[in-house]
Amino acid sequence: MSETAVGSLPPMVAPSSTMGLLSVFKRRYLLKLLVQREIANRYEQSFLGFLWSYINPLTQFFIYWYIMGTIMGAHKTIENYPVHVFSGLVIVHFFTETFGAGTRSIVRNKSLVQKMPLPAEMFPVAAMLVSLWHVIPQMAILLVVCILTGWHPDLGTLIGGLLAVAILMVMGTALALIFSVANVFWRDFGSLVGILTNFVRFGCTMIYSYDMLAQHAGHLKWLVVGNPIAVACMLFQRAFWAFSTDDPATTLKTQFPPHLYHQGLIALGSSILLLLIAQWFFSKFEARIPEQI
Amino acid sequence: MVEAIIADHVTKDFVLRRHKTFKKMTVAKMRGQQTVDRFNAVDDVSFTIQQGESVGLMGLNGSGKSTLLKVISGVMKPNKGSILTRGRIAGLIATGAGFQSQLSGLENIYLNAAIYGLSEKETKAVIDEIIDFADIGQFIDQPVGTYSSGMSSRLGFSIAVHVDCDIFLADEILAVGDKPFKRKCMAKMQEIRESGKTMVYVSHAAASVQRMCDRVICLENGRMIYDGEVDEGIRILNYGDDEDGEELDLALDDAELGADV
Repeated sequence: MSETAVGSLPPMVAPSSTMGLLSVFKRRYLLKLLVQREIANRYEQSFLGFLWSYINPLTQFFIYWYIMGTIMGAHKTIENYPVHVFSGLVIVHFFTETFGAGTRSIVRNKSLVQKMPLPAEMFPVAAMLVSLWHVIPQMAILLVVCILTGWHPDLGTLIGGLLAVAILMVMGTALALIFSVANVFWRDFGSLVGILTNFVRFGCTMIYSYDMLAQHAGHLKWLVVGNPIAVACMLFQRAFWAFSTDDPATTLKTQFPPHLYHQGLIALGSSILLLLIAQWFFSKFEARIPEQI
Repeated sequence: MVEAIIADHVTKDFVLRRHKTFKKMTVAKMRGQQTVDRFNAVDDVSFTIQQGESVGLMGLNGSGKSTLLKVISGVMKPNKGSILTRGRIAGLIATGAGFQSQLSGLENIYLNAAIYGLSEKETKAVIDEIIDFADIGQFIDQPVGTYSSGMSSRLGFSIAVHVDCDIFLADEILAVGDKPFKRKCMAKMQEIRESGKTMVYVSHAAASVQRMCDRVICLENGRMIYDGEVDEGIRILNYGDDEDGEELDLALDDAELGADV
């Protein structure tokens, strides 16, 4: 066989080699199919189907609205409290959905993982994109509510909103990668997600305001302010809630930490760093997935 | 000649976790027992398969055939040694394709084809052939979870053979499926073989290996014990005995082809 003939053949490669997340984005058609299937099947065999994606945040919203707002009196202390809660809830729910569904994603796709060669990163990434898809109608509701309560956005709204989504896309994918592979080895990680999700919900300035946190939490407030998820939540509230209050300028000054955008960039940076660590972790344990699942 | 598959001292071990829970692990650690057990499902196997060769992989149950096939397909990664392959790989591993039970047959065709690396256009070009060949009627629109084992392997086989691949892997595909379908499969595989594709064929049925392959690799407890002539390999494994020797007229009856069930 001449050299030229050999040259025209595909090269010899290790059949299991993938480039991790890069292969996921190279094989967009496969990713698209997986996302479509997942949208159709996340709530398989349930009568209400995809409506569960809305029932969950809506019930949380009404609980906070009534218990925190009416009974605990947050309606009096935080202006336009329902929007404060709802704008936080939309973005935090995006994260918790990604985290939960992402963690279960590989185990749920057991039959494929055991028999077909494909980069296993596909599944957590698809789970994140499906959660992102479900954010869209929630955003529509939020926008309607904001407009009804006198919302007049600025350019910072767009930047802050997009930054918040970007932070949580990266952060959610990172944690989904780590937990999805850990869940293959010990299903305990699936249970752990529920607990962590609770911490995340209460660790964001959603049912309480930044002002309250700064007054009462002392140094512990750094646990919130240093958390990329909480920063994304504040960016989102800055974008939507702040501009629905009577005096946005004062709200921005008193209800948000100074240098919020800088913190947003730091949060994005640390999320990217976490994603790199997650990819390293994933690649380290990936080889054992088909046999352990 | 051009190599299609090069296995170089391939070893694949499995970790058996003896103690599944925290409590049991702690007790075992305190007693100084081992908590992790390893065994080599494929142990130091080396071979080279040339493009266009058709190789039978034989051995008893648990000898490592399916694991080796998973390593070749890229589902599993060897712990030691290396495996290199050239071109697109398609095929069936351990009776049945990777189907998602809640998806319909049709959706699974698209998904599996995409995993093999086909684009939407390429899939659309062969979809009618796939459906025709699988021949499962209106079940194509039903969730695969409702299929019988025969139906799902028919569909799996049909997808695998219609993917334009360079290497075709077939693992005990004839274990399920009825006689007419087996005959159709054999004809299709013969066609694949004649088209110059590389084929790795796992079967216990001596007659079908004799018909299909020009070389066999025999495994025993994960190790390669023979690599060479088909008849000699079958003799080594004593497969010929219970089938009345080298019955080469290939009447394709169930006793021969289904011997692996």
